[in-house]
Amino acid sequence: MALKQTTGQKITITIVAWVIGLLLFFPILWTAIAAFKTESDAYTLPQNFLTTPWTLENFGIVQERSDYVLYIRNTVIIAGLSTLLGLVFAVPAAWSMAFAPQSKPTNNWSGYTWLAIIFGSGGLAALILYFMGWHPTNFLVGIILLLMFVVPVSAWVWTRATKDTLLWMLSTKMMPPAGALISIYLLFNRNGLVYKDWGWIDLSDYNLVDSFWGMVPLVMLLNLPIIIWMLYTYFKELPVEILEAARMDGASLWNELTQVLTPMAMPGIASTCLLNLILAWNEAFWSLNLTNKFAAPLSFFISEYSSPEGQFWAKLSAASIMAIVPILIVGWFSQKQLVRGLTFGAVK
Amino acid sequence: MKSVVKGVLGAFALASLATTALAAETTLTIATVNNGDMIRMQKYTDDFTKANPGIKLNWVTLEENDLRQKVTKDISTKGGQYDVLTIGMYETPIWGKKGWLVPLKGLDDPKDILPAVAGGLSVDGKLFAAPFYGESSFVMYRKDLMAKAGLKMSDAPTWDEIIAAAGKMTDRANGVNGICLRGKAGWGENMAFIGSMANSFGARWFDEKWHPQFDTQEWKDTLNTYLKVMKDSGPAGASGNGFSENLALFQTGKCGMWADATAAASFTIDPKASKVADQVGFTIAPDKGLGKRANWLWAWALAVPAGSKKVDAAEKFISWATSKHYGEMIAAKEGWANVPPGTRTSLYANPEYAKVPFAAMTLASMQAADPLHPTVKPVPYVGVQFASIPEFAGIGTKVGEMFSAALAGQMTADEALKAAQDYTTAEMTKAGYIK
Amino acid sequence: MATNQSRAIGKWALAPSLIVLSAWAFVPLALTIYFAFLRYNLQDPDNTSWFGLSNFYYFLSDPYFTKDFINTILLVGSTIIFTIAGGVGLAVLLDQPFWGRGIVRLLMISPFFIMPTVSSLVWKNLIMHPVFGLFAGIQRFFGSTEPIDWFGHYPLISVIIIVTWQWLPYATLILLTAMQSLDGEQKDAAAMDGAPPLSYFRYIVLPHLSRPITVVILIETIFLLNIFAEIKVTSVGGFAGNLTYLVFSQLNDANDVGAAAAGGIIAVILANIVSYFLVRIVGKNLEG
Repeated sequence: MALKQTTGQKITITIVAWVIGLLLFFPILWTAIAAFKTESDAYTLPQNFLTTPWTLENFGIVQERSDYVLYIRNTVIIAGLSTLLGLVFAVPAAWSMAFAPQSKPTNNWSGYTWLAIIFGSGGLAALILYFMGWHPTNFLVGIILLLMFVVPVSAWVWTRATKDTLLWMLSTKMMPPAGALISIYLLFNRNGLVYKDWGWIDLSDYNLVDSFWGMVPLVMLLNLPIIIWMLYTYFKELPVEILEAARMDGASLWNELTQVLTPMAMPGIASTCLLNLILAWNEAFWSLNLTNKFAAPLSFFISEYSSPEGQFWAKLSAASIMAIVPILIVGWFSQKQLVRGLTFGAVK
Repeated sequence: MKSVVKGVLGAFALASLATTALAAETTLTIATVNNGDMIRMQKYTDDFTKANPGIKLNWVTLEENDLRQKVTKDISTKGGQYDVLTIGMYETPIWGKKGWLVPLKGLDDPKDILPAVAGGLSVDGKLFAAPFYGESSFVMYRKDLMAKAGLKMSDAPTWDEIIAAAGKMTDRANGVNGICLRGKAGWGENMAFIGSMANSFGARWFDEKWHPQFDTQEWKDTLNTYLKVMKDSGPAGASGNGFSENLALFQTGKCGMWADATAAASFTIDPKASKVADQVGFTIAPDKGLGKRANWLWAWALAVPAGSKKVDAAEKFISWATSKHYGEMIAAKEGWANVPPGTRTSLYANPEYAKVPFAAMTLASMQAADPLHPTVKPVPYVGVQFASIPEFAGIGTKVGEMFSAALAGQMTADEALKAAQDYTTAEMTKAGYIK
Repeated sequence: MATNQSRAIGKWALAPSLIVLSAWAFVPLALTIYFAFLRYNLQDPDNTSWFGLSNFYYFLSDPYFTKDFINTILLVGSTIIFTIAGGVGLAVLLDQPFWGRGIVRLLMISPFFIMPTVSSLVWKNLIMHPVFGLFAGIQRFFGSTEPIDWFGHYPLISVIIIVTWQWLPYATLILLTAMQSLDGEQKDAAAMDGAPPLSYFRYIVLPHLSRPITVVILIETIFLLNIFAEIKVTSVGGFAGNLTYLVFSQLNDANDVGAAAAGGIIAVILANIVSYFLVRIVGKNLEG
């Protein structure tokens, strides 16, 4: 904590910081170098990366062999749409918790009452499903029965204090995706649990596996808790006095929203969008498991390089650079704003 | 009401199929593996679509393990994402028996398919998948390094000869390893090699009552020999080397010998990719004098899932891809060495193809493998380097991980065999084979 | 502060998010619980039948479970320790004025934006490969004939190195922001008192960092418990797999839906135990 620096100290710190910074950045730099080498030179890189010639051929080969354009298009669609869809859910939720906070639960039923309601309703649904032979022959019945579980849970969380609601949302993010994988697969799949011929309606031509209609909501849900929390911390810091002044002047709720709140909230919303974009861009678990081509993002595109034939490092490097450069640039330009949101209100 | 609900659901569930229903032409979605021969086929699809203007091809190219997992999930839930599947000799008999595949008709001269390959892709005499290329395994070696070590490769080597040669060729100071073998875990990776090696040592996966046999002396000898030769003459990091890693090592001149798929041969002698292209020799897989050689038998084949609405178009495509015409076209444009090998008797009778250096040895290797009687002692299963039961994929992968760990030095051979025995016994009990 | 009108609307504005999140959290879970009690192999769906608790028995008695359970704890625990220790150090460094601070900051934060599949493959092949890798090249330069086979001999450590590299920037930046928010007066007062740098750090800076550190722990735990791509694409699942990978492999290698579902349920239970404690700690810190 040198509070007063001598020039000598400053030089030392500069050198140390640059060395560490370059070391951390080095794997990316190294990949970038390998991407511009021929395949056999890439394998001998540590010895002679300066003397070997530079080439652009790998980028062409990657495009020809694995169709980069298709995957980056898919990534942009999934990351972009899931961010927009996420905002539709997250902005009202965060706004509600920031401006109409509940310091304590709004009803005074005991925890046991809630437990009884949730499990009573859910258990009843399970029993009905069981006597119908589990796989319900009627699609709507299944949905109604599922709501018998989902609605009481939502109602319980809804009536909690804001802090607890927030933490509950975050705890859904802790659910291991592995636990849901096969269920989601069967829910999404043609001839799975939903998209099949139900007799009164034939859904057997539909399918969410490897489709944007499946991936976009899924990625949105994955990141929703994080972006609600981030937006909440931004909204909470907005100066409330201005809002109150507007109200004194007789502004309607609509005016309050569009003319006062939105302009103030825009920077926060923008950084939240960026974070969601980065998380969605880099999402791997569901992309690797649920997509093959038509909705497969760049994560998947790269994973196919884990074992191609023969020498592939220069191609792997070129593909990697093509996959990370867009989001790296976005990240670089937005890092200052991002960081404030990423502290999730822990830093005043 | 019905149409409203359907419309709403449809909006949430736009299917890839919905777009194809609008188009007048049939679109075939083909799941395929990302190896050289298959990718080459994608370049020549014009030849097919010109002859069949109503059919459009849509390729889903996946890495081998990925392909297996995704195709298995899709077909067992009748998902119907793919109209043509690329599967192997392991899946075809299991799925054919279950009625998950359409028996193929209208193929180009099916009697011409090599009997061992056709047998492995049929159930009760009905062919359920048409082979695109077939492979066995053999030994690829560097003639120059053999000469330098003062050795001559025999036409029917034994394990002792191979191990001695590997030791003599090893020159680690110059980055030359005597032998490169698969070590990366997976039933189609290291277990393909170790499994066929075990056959030549007289070992087997299961006895007639489905009891695992990893506690036998034969398996001990197999694994100890494998570990020792890899320690003495293998490359660093061998436990991470699969087919493609070893190919890269061999192409860059870091291996004296490489025992692997016959389909690799054309890549080792391709001067554009291989630094040692003019020095490669081929010989049959070694044995131990017990009557079985350490070579596997595999074919990547094309099949149509049952319940598909596009069977006719799919059969047309499969027939084109596995035809003699396709082979001749590749020969004309890319040279005979690049024709998909190992499927047709007529290819090996062709005097032009006989000039390809690995042709005769490939045929000899494929004929030496017998999926019906793969081992010295009798077994209840079919398959050379695998057992065609549904549980094998999981067991083979886990056992492969244990052997790979032994190769990395994280376990001893005995520990790995014990772990493999325990794991396999538990799985076979769970599956109900062991009562 | 808020009017009744906005309060009422505000409450309803929360509802859609709650419904989609609880549906997302519970519908697949309910199905998974159901599958966990079935003998259900994808290669053999015709023989699907009630299997009682057998799936749980086989999953828990599988030696892979114990190993992967320990791996999960080691992976999450050591990555958090390394990133926080490294993060504090780097934050102190970046808090000093020096030439090119903005650029160094950009260099350091970069790994956070790299997708996991890319960093795994790049580290495995270009950096840690025992024959052609950069580390091997450095070792050979210093005269070693047998470079370390990172992924063969130390698979878990290799994965930890990759994951630490990815998450160090996050910890650094959060802690740096926190440090910079220490107001100037406090710093000046410390300087006036002639407080030695170490005790200033110990008594002023560290206590100030406790809240951001809990947030770092929370966020990293959430993401690290379910690390998948780093293990899958480097194919070290058999040696350094975590619970997520084990469940994945039960489903995809063994095609055993029942076992995978049972494993999923066990992972959910364990994650809930962790989240119970973590959420309490963070909850305490959040309002303070």
